[in-house]
Amino acid sequence: MPDIFGVPMVVLLGQIMLGLINGSFYAVLSLGLAIIFGMLNVINFAHGALYMMGAFVTWILLSTVGINYWTALFVAPMIVGLFGIVIERLALRHLYKVDHLYSLLFTFGMALALEGLFRYIYGSAGKPYPVPEQLAGVFKLGFMILPVYRAWVIVAAVIVCVAVWLVIEKTRLGAWLRAATENPSLVTAFGINVPLMLTLTYGFCVGLAGFAGVLAAPIYQVSPGMGSNLIIVVFAVVVIGGLGSIGGSILTGLSLGVIEGLTKTFYPSASTIVIFVVMAIVLIIRPAGLFGREA
Amino acid sequence: MSTLLTLLNSPALKWISALSLAVALLIAPFTVYPLFLMNVFCFVLFASALNLVLGYAGLLSLGHAAFFGGAAYVTAHVAKEWGWPFEIAILAGMAFAALIGLVMGLIGIKRHGIYFAMITLALAQMIYFLAVQMPFTNGEDGIQSIPRGTLLGLIDLSDIRAMYFVVLSLALLGLLLIWRTIHSPFGHILAAIRENEPRAVSLGLDVARYKLMAFVLSATLSGLAGSLKVLSFQLAALSNVSWHLSGEVVLMTLIGGLGTFAGPIIGSTFVVALEHYLATSGLPVSLVVGVIFMACVMLFRRGIWGEAKARLSAMMERQDPDSH
Repeated sequence: MPDIFGVPMVVLLGQIMLGLINGSFYAVLSLGLAIIFGMLNVINFAHGALYMMGAFVTWILLSTVGINYWTALFVAPMIVGLFGIVIERLALRHLYKVDHLYSLLFTFGMALALEGLFRYIYGSAGKPYPVPEQLAGVFKLGFMILPVYRAWVIVAAVIVCVAVWLVIEKTRLGAWLRAATENPSLVTAFGINVPLMLTLTYGFCVGLAGFAGVLAAPIYQVSPGMGSNLIIVVFAVVVIGGLGSIGGSILTGLSLGVIEGLTKTFYPSASTIVIFVVMAIVLIIRPAGLFGREA
Repeated sequence: MSTLLTLLNSPALKWISALSLAVALLIAPFTVYPLFLMNVFCFVLFASALNLVLGYAGLLSLGHAAFFGGAAYVTAHVAKEWGWPFEIAILAGMAFAALIGLVMGLIGIKRHGIYFAMITLALAQMIYFLAVQMPFTNGEDGIQSIPRGTLLGLIDLSDIRAMYFVVLSLALLGLLLIWRTIHSPFGHILAAIRENEPRAVSLGLDVARYKLMAFVLSATLSGLAGSLKVLSFQLAALSNVSWHLSGEVVLMTLIGGLGTFAGPIIGSTFVVALEHYLATSGLPVSLVVGVIFMACVMLFRRGIWGEAKARLSAMMERQDPDSH
């Protein structure tokens, strides 16, 4: 095995793999954030908390009712999505007319409350979740050993992202969504129920965050703080990519994960801050973000 | 009813209330737990400093904990490890807060609204991770038993009542500076930018520079608050730089009333007292704070003081429609 800059190839590939996994979560979450922002003009600070909720629902389903991973993969995002729909109906929709900052502050409070609630009930300690047996084991690729579950996470995340991107860019439903982003009153005039569309969009994207939470449960420990640590990084990803483009946010998410992995190999102590440094540099060079348009 | 209103408006009442507040603050440390009051003063100053950018310049910063906690760590280190005097330790903390405020402002000030909020949040999180990793902060343990030193080499501040009056005076000094700032031409320019930025630009104002000045001033005063807190409690910890604190101080300002001078003072007193009560009640603090946050955004966006002011002036208008 050759060394690259004094780092064994195996280690390097391993870190890139870990980076891709983190990047998959960044991509799924920033995709949801970008769609919610595009449609509702809301920066959903609670996205991380809802991702945490997805992981917790998965864990609770297994530990109390014995519902397995595969069922949870559908049920947990559904529950989180329904929760999102209720929140949108009861609260967020009344904030569309006031300054966007208020919806950000509302979801900020929601993130605090959800994290506090789960911490109060389940404590701060992480809960382990077993890898489903169909996905246990490893692929021996010759140049590296790849746990099957990790490969599954990357594949699942990429499939979901691409599917969502295709729906939005290539279908009639996507065309309605994009049109409603540009000019909601005109789309309403065509007889499309825009408020319902907004509710469902929020529910769907929040469900996406819940889905990411299910994927995360066997990899990371399920804990109340898992969302807030992630969401701030995802915000940096969103600022780097710019909120204008859905494809852009997927690409930025994945590549920043890899950059983080590479930093962990070559300069480990900087790995927690590298994304913020990249953000600062991008803002200085291209204030609107890599794929963004000026807000 | 009208007599009540005249009474509320009379200068005599203002003098009486100011006087009784002063007396209360003088005797308070002998009756109430002084450390609690010092905590209140620090957060009054912190929230008022945030209000300078959030309420008056219309910039939502979700990264103010970086200034508060950053200054706290620097003051703690300078006072404990280097053994420098009280005044220098505080100035060092403020200078550090001003510096990171300047850097953060230079990076983010051109972006508006939510982008600015996300940028400040992310950069503050970077400061948090640095505080976790750097050896001088002692990570999870924090910096403990920090000496307070003496004021001007004369008054021993290890006496908690002496420290109380120092914190009170410095917090008042900070508030005075904020008061002067918002009532100065500079303050009016900030309000103009908040109300209509394109018009401010068209008037030839260098909008980015004014915002940056306000941001750095706010960061510096937040640093003062952090330095005072760390010397009061003699402990610097990671919670002072975490995003929860950035959120809490926004809540304090919002719940009191954005863009009013008294708002953050009332709001921070309320939240600190509430958290003090919750800490012993066994209820989860962040759950309660989060729910109040949501309720505040949904139900009374003008805050306690903003709402009271609006009701009062509406009442006066009904009484005396020609008054303005």
